[in-house]
Amino acid sequence: MTSLVVFAGFFAALFALWLTKKWRTRAGLILSVLPFLQVVFFLYLLFTKTAEPVRMNLPWGDIIGLSLAFNFDGLGLLFAVLISGIGFFVCLYASGYLKGHQDLGRFYFWLFIFMASMLGVVLSDNLILLFIFWELTSLSSFFLIGFKHDEQRSRDAALQALLVTGLGGLAMLAGFVLIGEISGTYVISELFHSGHLLRESTLYLPALILVLAGAFTKSAQFPFHFWLPNAMEAPTPVSAYLHSATMVKAGVYLLARLLPIMGGTAEWQNIIVVVGAITTVIGAILALGQTDLKRLLAYSTVSALGTMTMLLGYGDTLAVKACIIFITAHAFYKGALFMIAGSIDHEAGTRDIRFLGGLAKKMPVTAVTAAVAALSMAGVIPFFGFVAKEVLYERVLQANLWVLAAVVFAAFANVIVAILICINPFWRRPVEISDSPLKTIHEAPVAMLTGPIVLAFIGLMVGVFASGSGEIIKAVVSATVQQSVNIKLALWHGLTPPFILSLLTLIAGFGVYFLIPYLRILLQKLYRLPGPEKIYQLSWQFTLRFASIIIDKLQNGYLRYYLSTIIISVIGGAGLTLLLKGGLQLPEQLLAPRFYEIGLVLIVLIAAFYATIAKSRLAAVASMGAIGFSISILYLLFGAPDLSMTQFLIESLTVILFVVAFYHMPRFADFSSPHARVRDVFIALFTGALMTVLVMSSLGNRIFPPISQYYAENAYLLGHGRNVVNVILIDFRGIDTLGEITVLSIAALGVFALLKYRNRKGSKEISK
Amino acid sequence: MEIILAIMIGGLYAAAVYMILRRSLVKILIGIVLLSQATNMLIFVSSGITRGNSPVIKAEETVLSQPHADPLPQALVLTAIVISFGLTAFALALTYRAYKSVKTDDLDKLRSAAMGGEENV
Repeated sequence: MTSLVVFAGFFAALFALWLTKKWRTRAGLILSVLPFLQVVFFLYLLFTKTAEPVRMNLPWGDIIGLSLAFNFDGLGLLFAVLISGIGFFVCLYASGYLKGHQDLGRFYFWLFIFMASMLGVVLSDNLILLFIFWELTSLSSFFLIGFKHDEQRSRDAALQALLVTGLGGLAMLAGFVLIGEISGTYVISELFHSGHLLRESTLYLPALILVLAGAFTKSAQFPFHFWLPNAMEAPTPVSAYLHSATMVKAGVYLLARLLPIMGGTAEWQNIIVVVGAITTVIGAILALGQTDLKRLLAYSTVSALGTMTMLLGYGDTLAVKACIIFITAHAFYKGALFMIAGSIDHEAGTRDIRFLGGLAKKMPVTAVTAAVAALSMAGVIPFFGFVAKEVLYERVLQANLWVLAAVVFAAFANVIVAILICINPFWRRPVEISDSPLKTIHEAPVAMLTGPIVLAFIGLMVGVFASGSGEIIKAVVSATVQQSVNIKLALWHGLTPPFILSLLTLIAGFGVYFLIPYLRILLQKLYRLPGPEKIYQLSWQFTLRFASIIIDKLQNGYLRYYLSTIIISVIGGAGLTLLLKGGLQLPEQLLAPRFYEIGLVLIVLIAAFYATIAKSRLAAVASMGAIGFSISILYLLFGAPDLSMTQFLIESLTVILFVVAFYHMPRFADFSSPHARVRDVFIALFTGALMTVLVMSSLGNRIFPPISQYYAENAYLLGHGRNVVNVILIDFRGIDTLGEITVLSIAALGVFALLKYRNRKGSKEISK
Repeated sequence: MEIILAIMIGGLYAAAVYMILRRSLVKILIGIVLLSQATNMLIFVSSGITRGNSPVIKAEETVLSQPHADPLPQALVLTAIVISFGLTAFALALTYRAYKSVKTDDLDKLRSAAMGGEENV
């Protein structure tokens, strides 16, 4: 039953297609009921059932280790609450943002497919099932980024996101298979107990690297970070939902999920901490110079994802606690800020912070909400962001100096980004430009305000009443590390080193904020240096060029080249196998040849040769007939009178048909060049030689008893006929024979139609 | 004898492959006929052959007595002979129609005629 909650989104997606046609304006409102109910349900489970998590396991594809297994434990439920909760607000927001859009149905369809898949990712208790949902999120993300598919940039960004996350996903699948084969199970909750098997295995490192490829691409870790800012081509509700609050955290979720299984080793810690720390710093550097609100937020998301990843690299209780709190706080403030960026874009017509200004008077509610969310992002007391930063600092103060520096730098950049977003568009004096895009601006509609307001104020409330959320965090961290841990949460710890560091970060950020216009010029010069995206572009261009070369070669439009390719591949492949495996083995007893049999074979061979060199059509048909009739006699000699008769009749008909038809057709002509003929002779001779060897080796290799024994024994007893071949054709395999008759009738109809049809129009065109 | 028949099958295949690689449509047709003959013989011979002993149950018996020719490949080949006749007839009619429309049986010229008749026609 509970798994239906996961799948409900897929049904809602189909329902959305119909609903948006019926009620264009109210569809978003009606659809948002589902995520609302889901969030209530998941919150109920999170508050009451985390001690004894609800689990289920329904068989599906046992043979590949696939089962419909779900695990509603603390970690999964926290993500599920975020997914359906923010999903609810995004759904509302989109109903305002895309009001009256002609493709609203398509939008909600993919949004709900995504929502359901994402719930599937975080609640799956089976690795293969997780992979399926994971790929579904990549797919729906592709369609959502490319929502404005008439724009080249949208399409490119969508393809880039799909290729990067899709390739990572495939690597991850390979990693999952390794994990499953080493441990003997694909069920995650069972893997918790057999983690030591995996960590001691020689295949541990390959499995880890493959799985990390999936997690890093999805969560935009360096060097795969470039797809995320490009994905900002998506409509803003999508950016807020997929590319900040949920999908990009799937990689972080995966790391948290695998922590008790694969974590705790030196490899785990070294790789993940280093990649996470680099991503944190690079994201922060790239964020500072941006002028587009959404790209600004996107790069700061990259930085945040780096921090989360790094914390899971350490994987101790404190680090996990810091990570979980950071994920939650980040989802609240970043979701809100993205929606606010969308509202500004929607109302003011631009997202460029260089041109925006003075919106506070016209959009007061948005301005206040932005301030609340930004204060949480900057980590000001008493917001939840502050709590998150405190715990983060508490952990990294124990870590090495480089990591500490990276995190402090990222937090400092975060402060600047927060100030840029809440001050520049709203409180700064508008820039006087003659063609300023600031038009008549008014407050965003209620549907677009609800989400940011609620999310921003949750960020405040959870911060103020931090101690109250301690129980939930404890349940989530316990589920992540698979141990019962004792965690308390408080807003105020006193004048501890983390607090002082936090204060210093704020002051530094505030100071440097005023230097940003100068710093930006410098940074944007830095951005022109080639990065990993250059490698992506080069390999993409190389793939396209390579494909076009291959296609030009293979799809050349000449039948004989297609045929030669097929024939050469077959004789090459089969011949190589025969050579390598040495399958040639003659049967012990061979029939002694008789002279008339040899005579018939000679006739066939000579006629076959003559057919290829014949200059006249009649000679070719005559040699064809000679072959057919000789074979007919061979059938008779080797115990197949029925075949002989059929062959005789059919051969006569064929010869007559050819003679009649060739009367109306052109003389034989040699179109091919001598060079081509020599080449074809070689292909033909190789084919012939291979087939000869094939026949001989099949005679010597009898692995299974022939199934014809059944027919030999039952033809009379069951079929009441003495001629076994006939009984097979009309009795045992009667339906096949019916099919054969049908084919013949269709061919006859086709022949009739072709002969009767007069292509007047066509012949005129050609004669021109 | 099996080896001699195998060589014959190889010879038929060689001739058939050479013919279907021609540019002339009528030659390709002959190639197709040869290819079916070769394949029928391949199925027939590769299951093992006996002299005589056709798979017919004798009047006083109820099961087929050993030794006998394998009835199953015979049933398969019988179907194949008839089907390939259907194919040949259809291909022949198609070639005839194409020739009447385009006035050539050269595949390369047929190709350019199909593509709008710019090159070579």
